[in-house]
This record gives sequence, C-alpha cells and structure tokens, in this order.
Amino acid sequence: MINNNRLVVSFSPHEKGELEIEKIMWGVVIALVPAFAASVIFYGFHALRVVVLTLIFCIGIEYLIQKFILKVKVTAFDGSAAITALLLAFNVPAGVPWWQLLAGSIMAIGVAKMTFGGLGKNPFNPALVGRAFMLASFPVQMTTWPVPVQNLWNLGADAVTSATPLGILKEGVRMGKTVTQLAGDLPNYVDMLIGNIGGCIGEISVIAILIGGIYMLARKIITWHIPVFYLLSLAGFTGVFWLINPDKYADPLFHILVGGAMLGAWFMATDMVTGPMSIKGQIIFALGGGILCGAIRLFGSYPEGCSYSILVMNAFVPLIDKYVKPKRFGTEVNYGK
Amino acid sequence: MKLRTFKKGGVHPPENKLSANVPIRELGLPDQVSIHMAHHLGAPAVPIVEKGDKVKVGTLIARKGQAFISANIHSSVSGTVLKIDDVTGGSGYRSKAVIIKVEGDEWEESIDRSKELVEEIKLTPGEILKKIEEMGIVGLGGATFPSHIKYMVSDQRPADTLVINGVECEPYLTSDYRSMLERPDEILVGIQVMMRAGKVNRAMMGIEANKPDAIELLQTKVQKYPGVEVVPLKVKYPQGAEKQLIKALLNREVPSGKLPLDVGVIVNNVGTTLAIYEAVQKNKPLIERVVTMTGKKLKKTGNFLVRVGTPTTMLLEALGEEIPEGTAKIIRGGPMMGKALNSIDIPITKGTSGIILMDKSEVPRREPQTCIRCAKCISVCPMGLEPYLLEKLAKIDDFEGCEAEAVADCIECGSCSYTCPAALPLLDYIRYGKTNVMRLQRERRQK
Repeated sequence: MINNNRLVVSFSPHEKGELEIEKIMWGVVIALVPAFAASVIFYGFHALRVVVLTLIFCIGIEYLIQKFILKVKVTAFDGSAAITALLLAFNVPAGVPWWQLLAGSIMAIGVAKMTFGGLGKNPFNPALVGRAFMLASFPVQMTTWPVPVQNLWNLGADAVTSATPLGILKEGVRMGKTVTQLAGDLPNYVDMLIGNIGGCIGEISVIAILIGGIYMLARKIITWHIPVFYLLSLAGFTGVFWLINPDKYADPLFHILVGGAMLGAWFMATDMVTGPMSIKGQIIFALGGGILCGAIRLFGSYPEGCSYSILVMNAFVPLIDKYVKPKRFGTEVNYGK
Repeated sequence: MKLRTFKKGGVHPPENKLSANVPIRELGLPDQVSIHMAHHLGAPAVPIVEKGDKVKVGTLIARKGQAFISANIHSSVSGTVLKIDDVTGGSGYRSKAVIIKVEGDEWEESIDRSKELVEEIKLTPGEILKKIEEMGIVGLGGATFPSHIKYMVSDQRPADTLVINGVECEPYLTSDYRSMLERPDEILVGIQVMMRAGKVNRAMMGIEANKPDAIELLQTKVQKYPGVEVVPLKVKYPQGAEKQLIKALLNREVPSGKLPLDVGVIVNNVGTTLAIYEAVQKNKPLIERVVTMTGKKLKKTGNFLVRVGTPTTMLLEALGEEIPEGTAKIIRGGPMMGKALNSIDIPITKGTSGIILMDKSEVPRREPQTCIRCAKCISVCPMGLEPYLLEKLAKIDDFEGCEAEAVADCIECGSCSYTCPAALPLLDYIRYGKTNVMRLQRERRQK
C-alpha cells in the first residue's frame, strides 16, 4: 500500500482539548463587560474616557515593548493586556487626567509585567501595582470622587464630588460619630448593589461584578474558592469587630458590598498568574487577603485596603506553592490496618 | 442514582466511538504472520522453533524467558516457519520475530473449537494459574502484563475482590464494548474462572454509562452468578486506569509505588477475561484478539477478530479502504495513551486494541506558549501531582526535584497535556523526568 502521507510520530496524548490562553483571557474580558456597562451608566463619558485611554495605553505599551525593546513575538492582543487595562481603569476615579493613566499603565504593563518576562511570569498583579503607584503618586486625583449620575455628560473639570462610603465611615468614626449616626450619610444597600455610589468606576456595582463572576464560574475560568473565601474572610474579620462594638465598626454586609472588595475578590484575587496553584493554597491566599483587607479598612490610615491585601498576598504565593500541595493519590489509606 | 467514579481529576475527551455498532467479524488469514518475541511487558520469549518447522494454530513457538515477568507465545496460524529475523515493530525498533508462511488452517487437536459454552470449572486454582501461564495470557487492555503473575496471591497478601475493567475510557476504541455485547456468557464464565484462581468471592465489573446496552445485558445475565456485580460508572477519562477504577468501584487507594494486590484487588480487562475463559475452559492459547480499526476520514470502520502477527494493512483492506489523504497520525491503541506509528506496516500484537487513523485537522500541533499558572493541569491530574512543576523541574534536569515531587506516581494518562491552554508538552517532559528518576533509583540500588 502506497502511503504518501507525512506521518507525525510524537508521544501521547494525541488528542488536544479546546482550552486556549486567548479564550481564557478574552473570557475574563467578557466577564468585565457588565461592570464596564455599570460604570458608563453611572459616570457616563468620564468612565468611557478612562477605560478607552487605559486600553490604548496598556495594549500599546505591551506592543511597543515586545516589538522594539524585547524583539519577541508580539502577544499584546492575547487579551491579558486588555484585562490589566480594564482592571486598572476600574480601580481609579472617573476624573483622573489622561497623563496619570499613562503613568499608571507604564507602571502596570511596563514595570510590573514586562520586566519580569511578560505573561505568566509577573509575581504581582500588574493592574494593582499600577493602581498602588498612582495612589502614592497622585493622592489628590486618586481620591477625588465625582458624584455618580449628576456628572454624566459634564465634560468640564469642575465635577461635583463626594466621598466613598468607606471614606465617609472612616472620617466619621475618626470624628467620634457612631455608625448609627453616620447611617444617614451612607448610601442604602440597594444603591450599593446597583452601583449608585461614589467610588472607582468599576467597583461600584455589586450586581454587575457578580454577573461577570458567575459567567467566569460557568465557563470554568475560575473556581469559586477564592472569591467566596475572600469575602467570607472579610465578613468574618469585620463581623467580629462589629459584634464587639457596633457603634464604631460597620456590619460585615456593608464591608462586602462597598469599596473594591467585590471587584478584588472576583477579578483580582482570582488572577491565575499571581495566585497559588493548589485549591488549598488558594483558600489560604483568599483567607489571608480577606483578613488583611479588613484590617487595613478598620485600623489602617487608608479607608480601603482591598488592593493592598491582594498585593501582599501575591508576595506569599511562592511560599504557599512550596508548602501547600494538592493531596496525592494513594495517601489516603482506607484499606487494611 | 448517582454514578460512581474516581474523585480526583480526569477529563472528557470527545468519545468518537465510530465503530460502536459494527459487529466483530473474523478478519481471515493473511499470507504470512510475523510474531514478535517481545509481545508483553518484561523479558522477551525465547523461540523454540527453527526455519522449516511445521506449526499448527496453537503450537508453542516461544517459551517465556528466564525472568519472572515474561510470557509464552503460540503460533496463530498453521504453516511453515520461514525464518526468525528482526522485524520492525510498533516501537519503530527492529526486534526478533518468528515469521510463518500460512498453509491452510489446521489447529492443535487439544483446542476445543466448538462454540458451546463450558460452564463447569474442573481445575483447581493452582491448575488454572498454570493454564493461564502456559497459554501465554497477557493483559489485553494495552499494558500486556503477563496475567498469571497477577494471581500469585500469597497468604500474606490475600485478595478479596476481582475487578473487571469494562470501562474502555479511551476515545474511538470499541473492541471491549463489542465483546461485552456479543460474548457476555463467556465473559461471565471467565469471571468465575478468575474468581476461583484468585480465591475471591466477590467480583465487580465497571462499565461506563455511555454503554447502557452492555450494562443492561450484563446486569441481566449476571443474576445467576452470586458475588458478581455489574456497576455503571460515570463517564470520565482515565477511569480505565486500574488505580482509578479501584477507587471508583471500591473507594480504595492503591498507595504510591504499590500494586492493586496491596489493597486486596486483582484487576483484569474484559478482553483478558475472554482470553482466560478460552485458555482454561477451551484450552486455547492467546492467538487472536479483537482490534478496532477506525478513523474519522474512513468511510467504514470495524471491529475484527485478528490473528496475532497479521499485518495491520489487512484490516484496512478488509474494510475496502486505503489510508485517507491527509492522514497525519496512525495510532496503535487509544488516542490518549496509544503510540503513534511511523508506518502501518507492522504486525498486530497481543496488546493492539485498535488502530486509529487521525487526519491532520485532528492533530494540529499548537506552538507551546507560556504557562499562565491556570492550575488546570493540577485539577485534571488523577494522581494529585503538579504537572506544571514537574515539567519545570524536568526541563532543568532537576531529577532529585522530580523524585521529591513524586514523578514516579505519574500514570502517563495525558490529561495534563490534553488540557493545558498553553499547549505545553507537559507529559513529554514528565516522561523524561520519570525515566531519569528511575535510572537514578536503579543506580542507587546497585551501589
């Protein structure tokens, strides 16, 4: 029998599954769309401006670095730079000027990602490094919160500003007021759920973030462990103090719903590259992150601690991976004595 | 009812059981057979025939080697020994084979060729074992481990359960499925024989739920055999791996580096069960087996009863097919664990469960990307290993590191490479690490 085919001889397996890096990355981008939509609903043009600029900056920087500095295959469009861009944009207030976004993007992609070797090699979440850098460098702009809805198409610089719920709480408690007295200044739970509150553009709407999270769960991009344990841990930590002194500390539900906790738990703590590999390790990572976030919120000088909690836990990942291993088959002895 | 399965890991490759509805048919006789001496795991058998010798179907042509692990080999045809020469096998290497020119189809008189079911078992456990050894029975699931060794149950390690592997979790393959549908009574008597040989009172047959007709048939037939249970299992690869199958059926974990017998279990494949029935009840050596010939680009696929040593090309000819244009891989065994051949001109061996022709569109070679630490390899590993880490360690030749991370536990099921979104050749590196760890361990023992 004449055989004109060129046969491939390689090791098994000869079947290949359908998972691809690009599919995972763009899946996360799709999951971020509801939060993006919420940001545009509440902050209008400003949110759109921040997101579009950051996308151009982040993808552009990765492209330029790969093309002209590293001279490697360009993978700027694999979706991972887009995720970093969206998360960075979601973590800033609507009024941040363009050049600060550029600085943040350079820090995120250029320093936190590419200097370590690009996708898969960076120890810290690039978007969070970018945000931490911006918060330290531009504290005024990074903590000026335009009031949602009222500023929708107000293109001028003189936006009506307010404070975030966590800011109101922190400042109020510092002035000696009780949580009950502050209740009038704080938004109600319905506003928190839909996102009609002051804050970074992508973190405001709990519902939008949850839709994205459930989408990622359904597509098996993430597992439930990190978000659930992160939020439980945050609720547990803040809950203990709330039980001890409800006048000084807000209830755990409040802490879960406001600030960056939802966005952080679903989209930043679940970053594969900077999280632990084993499920057990991921649970430890999430528990530690939740406690740190609560501790910074209650006792730190910043009102919000979600970003820092994740960045700190990122640093523990190599240690966690070294000591927390998946359970090997054959270690569970349930036969014979 | 919730179906049983193993807990940890596993994947769901597309089933592609194209030949599931094609009944087994006898392939017929080739002009000449090449019977390799290294048919099984362990030491090759030693030929006891010479050029010019006349042999019949079932004549012993090679005796098991001196080593503990080895098996007898019998002639699958009648005719004249042409020569004993090196022939290219499925490994791509040349090794010793007995080449026989086929003349007629004359069987050894001792073999009972009638279709009649022989239910009564006359032999003692010891005699059954000797028979299995004499008849050259090896595991037909693919590993070709000589069967008699599995039954050498010492008093220190008594078995309590016989597990029959009817899982056939590899995509494409249907030889066990067809055997279960077409020869259920013989399989069930085979189970009785094996239960006696292993001195066990209980047997469990695991069949995946994607074969409902086989489950139903065997569940009905099994009722007259006390102690035998047919258990439907959830479809999940690699459930046919013996450690995973024992876990699924009995919830027992075979410890690292140990054998099923260490948890009181003997595992045999459906095909092997049939072979043992024939050997013990019909006095028939292992000279033929069921082989699935399949491929998406073939118009027809089939299941054939093939004499050992038959050229693989004959299966294609029997279907009236040729190797389709664009075939990129010819696989012996299943697509997850089978071997890619460099030619179809190889003889069928005792371990050949199927021949699969894969089109180039089915086996695209993706450029490996970078690990994004998605941990999918960990979540699919049925042995609880960390394939990403083993790959990294093997890449830098850190074999002590591989050893510490239990690379030797890897069953090479390929779930990690199958899943990896970055298309990393994880299992290739793990095999490299594993081979070197085994070499290190050998060297240490010699010191």
